[in-house]
Amino acid sequence: MSIRAENLTYIYGAGTALEQYALKNVSFEIPEGQFVGLIGHTGSGKSTLIQHLNGLLRPASGTVYYDGTDIYSEGYSLRNLRSKVGLVFQYPEHQLFEVDVFSDVCYGPKNLGLDKEDVEERAKEALRQVGLKEKYWDQSPFELSGGQKRRVAIAGVLAMNPRVLILDEPTAGLDPKGRDEILEEIGSLHRERGMSIVLVSHSMEDIARYADRLMVMNHGEKVFDGAPREVFEHYRELESMGLAAPQVTYIVHQLKERGVPMEDGITTVAQAKEAVLRLLGKEGQI
Amino acid sequence: MGIIKASRLVFDYIRRDEDENIQEVDRAIDNLDLDIEKGSFVAVLGHNGSGKSTLAKHINGILTPTQGTVWVSGMDTTDEEAVWEIRKRAGMVFQNPDNQIIGNVVEEDVGFGPENIGVPTDEIWRRVDESLEAVGMTAYRYKSPNKLSGGQKQRVAIAGVMAMRPECIVLDEPTAMLDPNGRREVIKTVGELNRREGITVLLITHYMEEVISADRVIVMDDGKLVMDGTPREIFSDVERLKSYRLDVPQVTELAWELRKGGLEIPAGILSSEELMEHLLPLFDKRFPGQIHMGSLGEYHVD
Repeated sequence: MSIRAENLTYIYGAGTALEQYALKNVSFEIPEGQFVGLIGHTGSGKSTLIQHLNGLLRPASGTVYYDGTDIYSEGYSLRNLRSKVGLVFQYPEHQLFEVDVFSDVCYGPKNLGLDKEDVEERAKEALRQVGLKEKYWDQSPFELSGGQKRRVAIAGVLAMNPRVLILDEPTAGLDPKGRDEILEEIGSLHRERGMSIVLVSHSMEDIARYADRLMVMNHGEKVFDGAPREVFEHYRELESMGLAAPQVTYIVHQLKERGVPMEDGITTVAQAKEAVLRLLGKEGQI
Repeated sequence: MGIIKASRLVFDYIRRDEDENIQEVDRAIDNLDLDIEKGSFVAVLGHNGSGKSTLAKHINGILTPTQGTVWVSGMDTTDEEAVWEIRKRAGMVFQNPDNQIIGNVVEEDVGFGPENIGVPTDEIWRRVDESLEAVGMTAYRYKSPNKLSGGQKQRVAIAGVMAMRPECIVLDEPTAMLDPNGRREVIKTVGELNRREGITVLLITHYMEEVISADRVIVMDDGKLVMDGTPREIFSDVERLKSYRLDVPQVTELAWELRKGGLEIPAGILSSEELMEHLLPLFDKRFPGQIHMGSLGEYHVD
């Protein structure tokens, strides 16, 4: 399983005075099991991009291959693709509608035409994966907290058994603990089930902690693509795009500029701590 | 008494069944005392469900106490005669910019509030001019709000509140739905209103970076006020903040971790400059002659 985008170009309002390129010649390949962070300021094209990955949008030119097959080719089952490539939208809890949590999560697999037993089995598994306690399963989703609702919505996508999970700012509006919990669950889907993850986020700190690879979008173009530590080296360019590297990388840069022999590629607080303590001969304290 | 004062405030969300029998009582605010000085910038932290938003809704009388009292500029919020005056004095800005904008044109949206309370036309325009100027949105006055970014929309919402000539603005997670640029814009605007116009600000947020320049930070947990102090005091106790499901800025966390690791660094570091000030001498001792010790700020990066 891999997803390959080839020269994707998408135009909003094509043929009108308001014509605007949302994507310009974007190409990449996501191999199986990769955790990709996707970053860019509002309007940079990241949401447009992810909607191509499961065929919700059709590009003006270029194409997407899933497992080597062109998803826009004649006769290709987009329905089938969408159960393989799960997309969790921003504020997905706005899409909850069933009378209770369990039915809401069952809705997707039920529509796949599975029998009742399989549907329920999948729903249970999905709800366990997102860490929602059983006592909530027969409650109305509207009575849950924001973080819990969001888990239900993510479970609804997981119940489709996707191989790739794409999440558009899954932690927006959550408190820090709720944010860490959701990210940790996404991280475990990646580690334990080998799911490929595409995480759209505004938080460089979160990307630094979880992603193997970071793609940066700006004005519809892919401007950086590499390991987070490589991309963060370009912090000045990132700033000019309205983005910023994690705060800790700035401290590391400042130390380096002052002549402290800090190693390269530090992107998290834990790494910075280790490096500083080692240099100062305090490693026993780590 | 400060501009906002709450005394033994209790608020219960009560869930009733179809026959109006009480099914469940959820205490959102539990015996809270608070006194906010006029002109101050106060940040309120707390995880989801800690009672912050419930508190905010008491300040302009959207909610009234189950027990206890809230006063705004000395007026009791349960006094029905005073509630309009209270809402003029204490404006609110909410999380979602799209739910707060009603005008088809920016200036019309900003003028909506004063028009609604019967302010004379000349005066409305004067207020619209001043409010747009105050939030730096004058250039957009004839634009449609739909064409604005999230941060710009929030600034329009703030201008709408300013046009009511409030003494105090309560912002309930105004940046939660914005990108980093929008967040910076809004926080900068709020800071300027506080400094230049002397508006009292109560900022509810999850982003710790936004509270560093506040005069005072209060932390809520489980409906109670559990910490109250300057940003430095609050961020000195990283472990306690974490126990309330809160986070600290990365620089504060790194400083605290290094302190735990045995380095001589004070608690409550808030900026990378401060951290450098304490780290560089340590590195200088370890690597004599290798470290450029020049004045700090010279290599200012962020």
